[in-house]
Amino acid sequence: MYDIIVIGAGVVGTCVARELSKYQANVCVIDKADDVASGTSKANSGIVHAGYDCKPGTLMAKLNVRGNELLYQLAEELDFPIKKNGSLIVCTIESERGKLDVLLDQANANGVPDARIVERDELLEMEPNLTPNAVAALYVPTGGIICPFNLAIAMGENAAVNGVEFKFETEVKNIVKKDGYYELDTNKGVLETKAVVNAAGVYADVMHNMVSDKKMKIVARKGEYLLMDKELGDYFKATIFPLPGPMGKGVLTAPTIHGNMFVGPSATDIEDKEGVNTTQEIIDDLVQKASASHLTKDRLPMNKVITSFAGLRAHEEHHEFIVEEVADAPGFFDAAGIESPGLTSSPAIAEMLVGLIQDKYNFPKNENFIAKRKGIVHMEDLSMEEKNEMIKKNPQYGNIVCRCEMVTEGEIVDAINRPIGARSLDGVKRRTRQGMGRCQAGFCTPRTMEILSRELGIPMTEITKKGEGSNMLVGKIKED
Amino acid sequence: MKSYDVIIVGGGPAGLAAAISAKKEGIDSILIIERDNQLGGILNQCIHNGFGLHTFKEELTGPEYAARFIEQAAELNIEYKLHTMVCDISHDKVVTVMNREEGMVMYQAKAVILAMGCRERPRGALNIPGYRPAGIYSAGTAQRLVNIEGFMPGKKVVILGSGDIGLIMARRMTFEGAKVQCVAEVMPYSGGLKRNIVQCLDDYDIPLYLSHTVIDIEGKDRLTGVVIAEVGPDRKPIPGTEMHYDCDTLLLSVGLIPENELSKKAEVEMSPITNGPIVDESLETNVEGVFACGNVLHVHDLVDYVSEEAALAGKNAAQYVKERYGKDVQKSGEVIEIKATDGARYTVPTSIHMDNMADLLTVRFRVGNVFKDSYISVYFNDERVQHRKKQVMAPGEMEQIILKKKALEDFDGLKTITVKIEEE
Amino acid sequence: MEKRELTCIGCPLGCQITVTMENGEVKDVAGYTCARGEKYAREEVTNPTRTVTSIVRVEGGNLAAVSVKTKEVIPKAKIFDILEEIKPVIVKAPVKIGDVIIPNVAGTGVDVVATKNIEAV
Repeated sequence: MYDIIVIGAGVVGTCVARELSKYQANVCVIDKADDVASGTSKANSGIVHAGYDCKPGTLMAKLNVRGNELLYQLAEELDFPIKKNGSLIVCTIESERGKLDVLLDQANANGVPDARIVERDELLEMEPNLTPNAVAALYVPTGGIICPFNLAIAMGENAAVNGVEFKFETEVKNIVKKDGYYELDTNKGVLETKAVVNAAGVYADVMHNMVSDKKMKIVARKGEYLLMDKELGDYFKATIFPLPGPMGKGVLTAPTIHGNMFVGPSATDIEDKEGVNTTQEIIDDLVQKASASHLTKDRLPMNKVITSFAGLRAHEEHHEFIVEEVADAPGFFDAAGIESPGLTSSPAIAEMLVGLIQDKYNFPKNENFIAKRKGIVHMEDLSMEEKNEMIKKNPQYGNIVCRCEMVTEGEIVDAINRPIGARSLDGVKRRTRQGMGRCQAGFCTPRTMEILSRELGIPMTEITKKGEGSNMLVGKIKED
Repeated sequence: MKSYDVIIVGGGPAGLAAAISAKKEGIDSILIIERDNQLGGILNQCIHNGFGLHTFKEELTGPEYAARFIEQAAELNIEYKLHTMVCDISHDKVVTVMNREEGMVMYQAKAVILAMGCRERPRGALNIPGYRPAGIYSAGTAQRLVNIEGFMPGKKVVILGSGDIGLIMARRMTFEGAKVQCVAEVMPYSGGLKRNIVQCLDDYDIPLYLSHTVIDIEGKDRLTGVVIAEVGPDRKPIPGTEMHYDCDTLLLSVGLIPENELSKKAEVEMSPITNGPIVDESLETNVEGVFACGNVLHVHDLVDYVSEEAALAGKNAAQYVKERYGKDVQKSGEVIEIKATDGARYTVPTSIHMDNMADLLTVRFRVGNVFKDSYISVYFNDERVQHRKKQVMAPGEMEQIILKKKALEDFDGLKTITVKIEEE
Repeated sequence: MEKRELTCIGCPLGCQITVTMENGEVKDVAGYTCARGEKYAREEVTNPTRTVTSIVRVEGGNLAAVSVKTKEVIPKAKIFDILEEIKPVIVKAPVKIGDVIIPNVAGTGVDVVATKNIEAV
């Protein structure tokens, strides 16, 4: 019997797990994928939102601003990359300039620090590649960029080090409310737990509806993106937003934490909760928007697009976070409807939710809690002396596997052998950036597969792209 | 800092031929740096035959062709490092490398020859819609898995793009027991050699759909199918022409891109058309003492031409070390510009220093479309001086003209040489 | 009378050649542009040949497989027989370019030879 099972190892689930690991509780995180951050957390804009666009007084506004503050602190403690590059919400039509003032008021009401209106001249000095048609912008210096996967992995690893158990490829089929505990019927057997945290992203409604009569509906709202080559990585310094519209914050053009640039997201509500396919219409639309964007000075060169991808937002109809114990299901805690700014809010959601759990259960403090974690060393970021020191200690750090992103064998081996280590090609890729570059893993795929095979002690034919059913090879040659 | 006269980045066909040629020109201090575990580059996985007809007057497989150069390099005692990545080349020709044994070290070169080759265009660059399952490989990655590592990437295959590697892999996969269902090519003509279409596709009844592309990728974990549709002249899919194929593998053979990250670090000026360095008659870039050859310069159709071009780069680098290095001797004489227009997409080289020009200079180029019964014309200023009929020219094949130094010298006031394709 | 349609492989022109046959004899060749094309067409309809290249598994080598080829061209109809004969073969490293892997493969009188050097490890 677990004290708490967290369903979902996305940013919310891992943040909750890490927060819970500060206490002496028997906690297990389960996820149907083979790795953390494989659902809603996987593909999004990676923006640390400042909190200017949430409706004042909402939970969303409160948790966004608190999450923003927490993320910058956590990045230091847990060694994941984050960059406070600022956000600019750009107005290009004089008659719409009033909307900026509304946003500024909202930012102030939400407690966003240092927000201000920037006039054209200053704006173009800040961002020389912005369209000369820019009128003014709202500048929020606390806006930033982050890699959602790195956040989840840092949280997850630290939680694991502090005693939280992780079970992957474990899918919840049914939840049965028992007397004072819950039975989770999974593909890997039945799990029993006193409390449940529902951090299941687009499936949060499915989980919730198994235990509650007050039904919930989460819609998968698809966002598609274009990722551009690093040559364009410093095209803009800040994250550039248009004025917001009814479906969200609009199509942004922004640098990524890894030095690329992206254009997106689109917004389409879909039926399929696994529908992370890209579509021709949307790609065309994004290309059109990007190449003739009214926010950029020049047409963006579309031959610099290195990939496109899609993610799903867990949209709840009231567009508000649901962070509470379910009224008719004691011990069942929802973290539902976590869409943008959910990534930014995730540590604040965890803080709030664990507060609720502690109010109820009052687990004793974990005196052995280790707050700090060191991330995977990225050789590319080190000085020549530091690199040589690493290679001297472990020659694997001298062997470059991924040429585009300059990722070494040492980094890949570390990624596999850490707590909740990489089990698949995508797992390695997300932890090390291997295969994320211009050639999109053309050269390094076979080499990375060999390392996975060696380190995990499994044959090449069992190496997957992203867990069960996604095997890379069908067999050896000359065999039937 | 250890120094070498000539450092060659890349130990594939271009790097090997350049090294051999520099050595024969009397340069002893040469280092080839190769990132893979053997010399020979991509030829090691090109196990099919058809290499070397020009160079050796016999038909060899890729590994055999490579081995001839590797043996020659060994006989000449040319130094090389394997498993070694070049991380940086500075404008001053300091080459920073990294490997397991030495860590990160810097070498000073008098001359650098860029011979890094090219890479395949990935799926992302095409923006094919759909899911991102396992089972989508670039043709070259699949070629390595099958021919070098001995693994089968899949059993039911669709190939997008009719580049030569894709065609060759259609036959290879068939030989290994896979069912190759079709090859789709977005252009109205194939990017591959006729011989490969007949001997890799027709021989095995594999259909080639021209003006077709993949418009959807299915399968959340492993690929389960693709949808192919015909495209119009604007290369957009035509509704109603969709064909569905069940498959577990999609191979992409949709173009090659010279790998010039290092060239850019050395501040080498690049051509937006070839994606390779801009070079003069000596295959020297704008950075003095930095030369380029092979697929890093422009993507070639035949390795024989790579070897020929690389030998010239090696020879010129040797000459640079002997005659110009450290002597503040500039290339002198008139500079003549070479332009490509009217169907000719680019030329390599793009300029000629008259004093440096050999008696004969081969200028290579590609055409931008299929031309039938047309002429390759060469103009000196506005006067047509060469006019050669070709029954057919296609973007998939390299073309060349040969310039005689004497003819250039004899032409009064020559400023520009123009290569164009004319109907008559 | 039987008509065979061929695509010439001599050059990018890719001439569509029509060969008219009667009782296994070439009666007419049409559609070619050059002498090479006519020769190719005549051979292709009477005795089509190919070089087969494949790989053979290696034990104890620095690579898992060695590339091989038929030393001469073989009749096109024999391609799959040859591949079947190659399939079960496993050789021991070292292997040198030119080593005979299968003599007289599929009764063609042609040897399958190695095209790559494999070191023993």
